[in-house]
Amino acid sequence: MSAAFAIDIFFKLLAALPVTLEVWSLSVVIGAFLAMGLTWMRVSGSFVLSTIARAYVFVFRGSPLLIQLFIIYYGLASFAFVRQSFAWPLLRNAFACATLSLALCTAAYSSEIFRGALAGVPPGQIEAARACGMSGFKLFRRIIFPIALRQALPAYSSEVISMTKSSALVSLVTLWDLTSVALKIRNDTFVTYTPLLIAGAMYFALNALVARAFAFVEYRLSGHLRPRAT
Amino acid sequence: MTGLDVFGFGEGGWGLSFLAGAAMTVLVSAAALLFGAVIGALAAWGRLSGNKAAGALSVGFSAIFRGVPELLVVYFVYFGSSALLTAIGNAMGVTGFIGMPAFLAGVLAVGVISGAYQGEVYRGGYLAVARGEIEAAQAIGMSRFLSFRRIIAPQVLRFAIPGLGNLWQMALKDSSLISVTGLAELMRVSQVGAASSHRPFAFYIGGCALYLIVTSITNRLFDAAERHATRGLKQQTSER
Repeated sequence: MSAAFAIDIFFKLLAALPVTLEVWSLSVVIGAFLAMGLTWMRVSGSFVLSTIARAYVFVFRGSPLLIQLFIIYYGLASFAFVRQSFAWPLLRNAFACATLSLALCTAAYSSEIFRGALAGVPPGQIEAARACGMSGFKLFRRIIFPIALRQALPAYSSEVISMTKSSALVSLVTLWDLTSVALKIRNDTFVTYTPLLIAGAMYFALNALVARAFAFVEYRLSGHLRPRAT
Repeated sequence: MTGLDVFGFGEGGWGLSFLAGAAMTVLVSAAALLFGAVIGALAAWGRLSGNKAAGALSVGFSAIFRGVPELLVVYFVYFGSSALLTAIGNAMGVTGFIGMPAFLAGVLAVGVISGAYQGEVYRGGYLAVARGEIEAAQAIGMSRFLSFRRIIAPQVLRFAIPGLGNLWQMALKDSSLISVTGLAELMRVSQVGAASSHRPFAFYIGGCALYLIVTSITNRLFDAAERHATRGLKQQTSER
């Protein structure tokens, strides 16, 4: 095992990093919007909407992501009507399927985080806003959303971090992400430890960066809670 | 075959295979949770011992296994331990490849991940035990082991039950990744069925439904365990 070999592996893996980053970032963004919709359904007060959202969360949190991914990638493609539908160009694409299934899964976890954050907004703040004459969207934009956002951040940052880890599963649906390239190097060279270790270190570094970024945002958003510098 | 008869128990039905797969999933996850409990207890001990080296080791361990993809850990443990076994075998004069049994590799991989999380759960549980109770145990002359057995461990376990429930769910879901090693658990059975029948949707939906059944039943068990463990605390909350 020479250092040159390890450096070669490092650059091969680095070339695969964009795929992992794309799947991860796209699914986190799409998942966040879906989660907001689900949270809205849960707190809408409508029995039907909240039951649907509850069932969604139960199914997607109660089963492994791997089987969800396979249902979407292999399962849906087995139906003729899906292959003839407008969605087929999307559903036959491994990248789109992987992103979609990661987004659907994180939406379920995130919506529970958002719901908890929403429930944690002190009722007094909402009452005070109403007493000042705010209502509807203005109340949400000025009072509820900023407080809920700050409360959601710690749990949401671990969800986003767990998504970088989940993105490794896309290697099982033919995408050339960090994990599948590491496995291919292992297969081609019969070197077991080095490629997997380097890939693991890359995921670890990525997660450390994400954690740092969230900690920074959290710090900036809670300035009013720190003792004032005199 | 049409409709739901692939899940039947008769000839050509996959019912029994599915049930066996679900049983294997539960078995491998339970073994991983137990193995993780040992690892987690050691990690929590390292953090709480006050020893700097042990603390740093435990912090590093839990950071690594919580920051690296589960799938990568499964591959690393499976391929890594097989390579290690082969090397040891060759050194002892056995030629050829020696594979790690998939069940053991799965328990090791999922267990180590679970252990990294369980360490935090136990540490939180220990810190929640009232200091006065530990002091009282010392004051009446209990040895360290006795106070651990009688005072600390029961309460840490009680505080840890909700967290352990979450980690059990996580172990169940992580166990699906062991399918890449060929262990015939629920995910693998669904895959094999899907491939041999050319009906992937039915098989994956069936597997998914079984996962949901297993998670909801075991969730109930953890809820019951929590109710049982906190029955002594009920009186305070029952009067509203």
